[in-house]
Amino acid sequence: METFAQLGAGFAVALRVDNLIVALLGSFIGTVVGMLPGLGPINGVAILLPLAFALKLPPETALILLAAVYMGCEYGGRISSILLNVPGDAGAIMTALDGNPMAKNGQAGVALSISAWASFVGSTVAILGLILFAPLLANWSLAFGPAEYFALMVFAFACLAGMVGDKPLKTVLAALIGLFMAVVGVDANSGVYRFTFDSIHLSDGIQFISVVIGFFSVSEILLMLENTHRGGKLVKQTGRLIFNLKEFMSTLGTVMRSSIMGFFIGVLPGAGATVASAMAYMTTKRMHDKEGTFGKGDIRGVAAPEAANNASACGSFVPMLTLGIPGSGTTAVMVGALSLYNITPGPMLFTQQPEIVWGLIAALLLANIMLLVMNIPLVGVFSRMLSLPNFLLVPGIAAVSTVGVYAVHATSFDLVLMVVLGVFGYMLRKMHFPMSSLILGFVLGEMLEQNLRRALSISNGELSILFNSPITGGLWLMAIAMVTVPPLLRRRRRKQALAAQAAQV
Amino acid sequence: MTTFRRLALLGTTSALLLTAASAFAEPPRPECIAPAKPGGGFDLTCKLAQSALMDTKLLENPMRVTYMPGGIGAVAYNTIVAQRPADENAIVAFSGGSLLNLAQGKFGKYNVNDVRWLAAVGADYGMISVRADSPYKTLKDLAAALKADPTKVVFGAGGTVGSQDWMKTALIAKQAGVAPQQMRYVAFEGGGEVTTALLGGHIQAASGDISEAVPMLEAGKIRILAVLADKRLPGDLGKVPTAKEQGYDVVWPIIRGFYVGPKVSNEQYAFWEQAFKKAMATPEFAKLRDSRDLFPFSMTGSSLDAYVKRQVREYQKVAAEFGLVNQAN
Repeated sequence: METFAQLGAGFAVALRVDNLIVALLGSFIGTVVGMLPGLGPINGVAILLPLAFALKLPPETALILLAAVYMGCEYGGRISSILLNVPGDAGAIMTALDGNPMAKNGQAGVALSISAWASFVGSTVAILGLILFAPLLANWSLAFGPAEYFALMVFAFACLAGMVGDKPLKTVLAALIGLFMAVVGVDANSGVYRFTFDSIHLSDGIQFISVVIGFFSVSEILLMLENTHRGGKLVKQTGRLIFNLKEFMSTLGTVMRSSIMGFFIGVLPGAGATVASAMAYMTTKRMHDKEGTFGKGDIRGVAAPEAANNASACGSFVPMLTLGIPGSGTTAVMVGALSLYNITPGPMLFTQQPEIVWGLIAALLLANIMLLVMNIPLVGVFSRMLSLPNFLLVPGIAAVSTVGVYAVHATSFDLVLMVVLGVFGYMLRKMHFPMSSLILGFVLGEMLEQNLRRALSISNGELSILFNSPITGGLWLMAIAMVTVPPLLRRRRRKQALAAQAAQV
Repeated sequence: MTTFRRLALLGTTSALLLTAASAFAEPPRPECIAPAKPGGGFDLTCKLAQSALMDTKLLENPMRVTYMPGGIGAVAYNTIVAQRPADENAIVAFSGGSLLNLAQGKFGKYNVNDVRWLAAVGADYGMISVRADSPYKTLKDLAAALKADPTKVVFGAGGTVGSQDWMKTALIAKQAGVAPQQMRYVAFEGGGEVTTALLGGHIQAASGDISEAVPMLEAGKIRILAVLADKRLPGDLGKVPTAKEQGYDVVWPIIRGFYVGPKVSNEQYAFWEQAFKKAMATPEFAKLRDSRDLFPFSMTGSSLDAYVKRQVREYQKVAAEFGLVNQAN
C-alpha cells in the first residue's frame, strides 16, 4: 500500500504543468529522433542533456524530459523500419523483418498502429514490473555473473536456429560474418589489438552504428536506386490505417509474452533492447510460424519485437534506480546527468529522494499514454511517407544516416567504413543472405565471447562454472529445448498429417 | 522586410565586432573534445571545464563539448596531432588512463611530446574494495589470503590486462609476494559491471577509482580496503586507510586534464593557461570540482608538462617490468 501512496506523490510531481509540457515535448522529440536512422535514444538524450542543464530545469523535470525522449525513441524506431526497411534504432532491427513486408503489401497503417499498441503494452507491463518488483529484481540481476550471461547468449543463439528457415547455410554464414566482425578491436581481456591493421580507428572495434547503417541503410539505398533505374513501382496503400479486432486478438498473447520477456532482459545490465527484441521475435516465430508467414508480413512478427523493445527500455531503469548501475547506454547517460545535479542513483535513492524516483515512474506512465495518443493519429501522416518519390527519399536517408554515423566518432573513417560495409551488404543481400542473423551474430558475439572468457578467468579454465548454478542450468535446458523441440513437433505433425491422409484413403 | 533584414544584418555585424574587440585572444569557437562517448569520465572533465570557464566569465563565447571516442583517447590524439594541430579552439580531455596507453605505445605513431599539455583540473585515486560482508577486513587480510592461495581471490576491474585497474592490482599482488601472472583477474567493461559482479559474489575484490565507489560505500554495500593515495583523503573518505599506512607502498592517482594541438601558438596557449589558472583559483571551481567527485590537483603549463612526461616514463618502467610493452608494439 505504501507503494501506491508514493506513486500518488509521484503523480503529483509528474502532473505539474511544467513537467507535463516537458514530457510531451520529450515524447515528440524522442519519436522524431528514434525515427531517423542512425540517431538513437543515446543521441537524443545526449543532445537534450546540456539543454536541460542550460534551462536550469530542476532535477526531476530534467529526468522526466530524458526519460520521455528515451521512451519516444523506442516508439519512433519502428517507423522507418516498417516504412523504409531501414531500422530507426538498434532495437527496431527485428521490426523490419515483418513490418516492411507488411508495408509493401499495402498494410503500412496496420503495421504502424499494431506496433504502437505493442510498444504501449510493452512499456506499461515493464513500468508495472518496475513499480512492484524493482528491489526484488535488483537482487535477481546480481545473480547474473559472466557464466550466466554466457548461458543466456547460448540461449539467444539457440533461438537464432529459428531464423534458419529455408537457407540454413546462408543464415549460418551470415551469423559467422557477424561474429567475425565482433572480434575486431582491442581484446577486452588481454588488451591485445585484433584485426586492427595498426589503425587507431579500429582500436575500439567496428562501431555498431556503422554496421547497422551500412548493412541496412546504405544497402537499402543501393537497392532503391537499382529499382528506380528499372522503373520500380510505388507501394500502394490500402485505406485501413488501424488494426481490426481479429488482428488485435491474434497478437494479444504474443504481445504479453514478449513484454514480460523484454522486461526481464532489460533488467539485466548489459543485455538490452537489441537482444530483447531479437529473442522475442525468434521465440514468437518458433512458436507460431506454422504456415511460413513470418518474414513475409506476419503481424505477430511486428508486435513481438516492438513490445519487447519498449519493455526492455523501461526494464533498464530497474538496475539504474535500485543499484546505480545503468542497464543500457542511454540510462548510462542519464546517470551522468543525475550526477551533474549531485544525485547519485543507487540503493539510497528510493529512501533519500523518493520524489525523484516516483516522479520519474509516474512520468513514464504518462509519457507512455501520450506516445500512444500521439502515435495513432500520426499513422496516416507517416504512411504517406511511402508515396514520396525516390529522388527525395534516397538523399534524405543518405544524409541522415551519414550524420548519425559521423556523430559517434566524428571521424571520416567511420563514413568510409559505412560505405564499404554498405556495398558489401548490398552484395550479400543480392545473394539473399539474411542481414538480421549477421547483425545478431555481431551483437551477441561480443557478449558471448567476453562473458565466456570472463567466466573462464574466474574459474581458471575450469568449464564446470558454465553449468553449475541453477540459472545456467535452466538456460542450457531452455537452449536445448529451443533447438530440439520444434523439429520434433514438426515431424510429429507431419506423421499425423500422413496418418490422417492414409486414413482418408 | 528589406529594412528589417538590413537592421538584423547590422545587428549581427556589430555584435561580431563587439565580441572580437572585447575578447582579446579568445578563440572564436571554444570546444572541449571528450575522447569518449557521452556520460563517462572524459565527458565530466569537459563539463567541469565548461562550467568553470563560463561561470567565471573567463570565456565570452559559449564552449561546446564534442565527443570523439576511441582507444581511451587514441582517436582524438591522432586527430588533433595529424589533422588539427593548430586549432586554437579545441582543448582535449585526457586522464591517467590516456597517459598509460600513451606510455605503452597504444596511441599509434605519436608519443607524449606530440601535443601541448595544458592543465590538470583534478584527480581521482585508485582503490581496492570488497563486499561489505567479506571476510577481508584490511588490505593485509586480502594480501595474506592472496599469498596463501592466489586462486581463492578473484579480482575484477573495468580494464584489460595492462590497464590502470590491472596495474593497481598487479602492484599490490607484487608487494604481497605474488606474481601478477598468478593472480586471477577478470576484465569487465566499465565500473558498473564490476560492481554488479562484486555484489553478486562472482568476484572477491574489485579495483577501481574511489569516486565511483562512494555511492556503494555510503549505502553500506561495499568496504574499501585501501585508497591508493599518498595520504588520507579529505572529508568523509578520511576514514578509508591508505595502502601506504598498511605497509603497501602503492600510490595510484588518476589525473584529469586537458591538452591542445602541437602547433597552437604561444599566445593562444598562454590565453588558455591563464584562463584555467584564474578559474581554478576561485572558490566556485572548488565547489564544481567537488560536485564531480574529483580531488584537488591543479597544475598548468610547464609544470604539468614536466609532470606528464615524468608519469609516462614511470608508466613505461612499470609496464616493462610486468612484460607489457612488447605486447603493445
